[in-house]
Amino acid sequence: MSGAQAPALPGTARALSEPGAGQRLRWAFEDTMVITWRNLLTWARVPAYIVFTVVQPVMFTLLFRYVFGGAINVSTFPGGYVSYLIPGVIAQTAGFASFSTAIGLSRELNVGGIDRIRSMPTARSAVLLGRLLADVLRLLVTILVMVGVGYAVGFRFQGGVGYALAMVALALYLGLAVCCISAFIGLQVRDEESVQAFGLIWVFPLTFVSSAFVQVSSMPSWLRGFAQHQPFTEVINALRVLAIGNKVQPLVGQSLGSALWQSLAWVTGAIVVFVPLATRAYERA
Amino acid sequence: MIIEVEGLRKSFGDVQALRGVDFSVDEGMVLGLLGPNGAGKTTAVRILTTLVPPSGGRARVCGYDVAHEAAAVRRVIGLAGQATAIAPDLTGLENLQMAGRLYHLGRSLARQRAAELLERFDLADAGGRQAKTYSGGMLRRLDLAASLISRPRVLFLDEPTTGLDPRSRVGMWGVIRELVAQGTTLLLTTQYLEEADELADQIVVIDHGVVIARGTSEDLKDRVGGDVVEFGVDDRARTAQALEVVAALGEGTPVLDGTGARVQVRAGGRGGTVLVEVVRALDAAGLPVSGMALRRPSLDDVFMTLTGHVAEEGGTAPGPGGRRGRRNSGRRQGAGVGAGASGSADKGDAR
Repeated sequence: MSGAQAPALPGTARALSEPGAGQRLRWAFEDTMVITWRNLLTWARVPAYIVFTVVQPVMFTLLFRYVFGGAINVSTFPGGYVSYLIPGVIAQTAGFASFSTAIGLSRELNVGGIDRIRSMPTARSAVLLGRLLADVLRLLVTILVMVGVGYAVGFRFQGGVGYALAMVALALYLGLAVCCISAFIGLQVRDEESVQAFGLIWVFPLTFVSSAFVQVSSMPSWLRGFAQHQPFTEVINALRVLAIGNKVQPLVGQSLGSALWQSLAWVTGAIVVFVPLATRAYERA
Repeated sequence: MIIEVEGLRKSFGDVQALRGVDFSVDEGMVLGLLGPNGAGKTTAVRILTTLVPPSGGRARVCGYDVAHEAAAVRRVIGLAGQATAIAPDLTGLENLQMAGRLYHLGRSLARQRAAELLERFDLADAGGRQAKTYSGGMLRRLDLAASLISRPRVLFLDEPTTGLDPRSRVGMWGVIRELVAQGTTLLLTTQYLEEADELADQIVVIDHGVVIARGTSEDLKDRVGGDVVEFGVDDRARTAQALEVVAALGEGTPVLDGTGARVQVRAGGRGGTVLVEVVRALDAAGLPVSGMALRRPSLDDVFMTLTGHVAEEGGTAPGPGGRRGRRNSGRRQGAGVGAGASGSADKGDAR
């Protein structure tokens, strides 16, 4: 079969014998890392992406802190509006961060990059996982910047280091779930312009009709039911207690345990439902 | 036999993209898969590179079944074409290194191969620049380099020069020839007949999902029989008139070429005589023409003979009646030629 071929590379020769499960798992991990790195490098080199992921969230923070903040009454909240705001705006950012997941995947699908990788021995899961991992890491950078900006405008973690770390972790977990949903949308809708239009639209009501920026009790009664119990509010309530400490549980209207339990259930549920859906959309795309 | 395709079929809903295609490629050979847009070329390549499963029939690459041993197939093939694997914001070097990593070459081997390939494809100086600053030709070369990073035994090139300017196209041909000289087996799809003529040892012509002819480019040209008298009409509005003036000359009905700008008259074995007749007839009709030439048939002529329509779909419509005649003549002649082809030299390959 092999005539006057150039001698096979060590890598290819090894690859020709059927790899075992351990080897395949190691490759899947390495492939995911390579694609994650590729996505992060792309992000770091495009100024527009940096604006989207860093400048925009910071603007939102400052806008609410200084423009709308004065008109929003949360006087009972320890630390004032800025303490109320930062966990909320971080949750909102976690929601919006998913936009690049949908756009990135639909773009790669359309230019044929995904097809190309599928014709390679690269692990099938790596494209999707590498995308999600890169987006979550990027969200981590955004959150850290926002906490920094928050500190500059008067926000303080008041519940201790453990709670502060838990808050960041929960926000990232929320971001991961939204990215999974977004991945499904991007792979299913495919057309980049439609993704631009629909990719974020569902996030708006979830983030704004929540306790993120104003207290739910200030909303009209017909909206209050949704705002009080929808997943973003549950997560934001938990983030708030983790940021400010147990003392705000009565103000948040929920104990940390209950808020945490419910947000983890929502977020995990979304991941459990949408990972298989996104995987299937990827396989079919 | 490094690629074997038997009775390959693929339908997408009601659309039959492939309706039973057979061909095979020997190691170290270049097969040109030729046909207009929508003929089924890309579908065939997508099946052979494991991207979509066939609806029927069988395809094997290096002895591995593309449907049941896809993972093994992926380790021995490369796919390139329209610069699809390139991340524009990464440098040429980074793109190649990452391709190497995704082929599981390991970090140091990937780096070494990337540097070698940049050198070989004349991209060494541009290796540190972001790919989005590359010209079209450079991008195609980078893409080709990425598909070669693991030294595939079989390379699939899907329309590698579509959209390139003529100079870059010729440059790309040089690169591909060099590859082939080193023994890579190549399956090339193209809608440019000239390209198949330049590069391919064997040509398989596909139209509407079936093979309508196969053989070397010379075999196919012999099938057209004889020379072609060709000329351009200065006043494009009078092209139809020119077709009428020369209608009775030569063999068969004169036609327009793919661009719709030049009239072609098949001259059989009487090239000189037909040329003189054409000149006289045009002169008598007072039709100024340019670029009058008597030439050997091109693959465009072959395509016209086989299918009754020109190769470039979406180009200017063929001569009067061309479209109408297409269905019937395409079917009839296609069947005839197919039978002829199985008796020709490559029959040995097919079984």
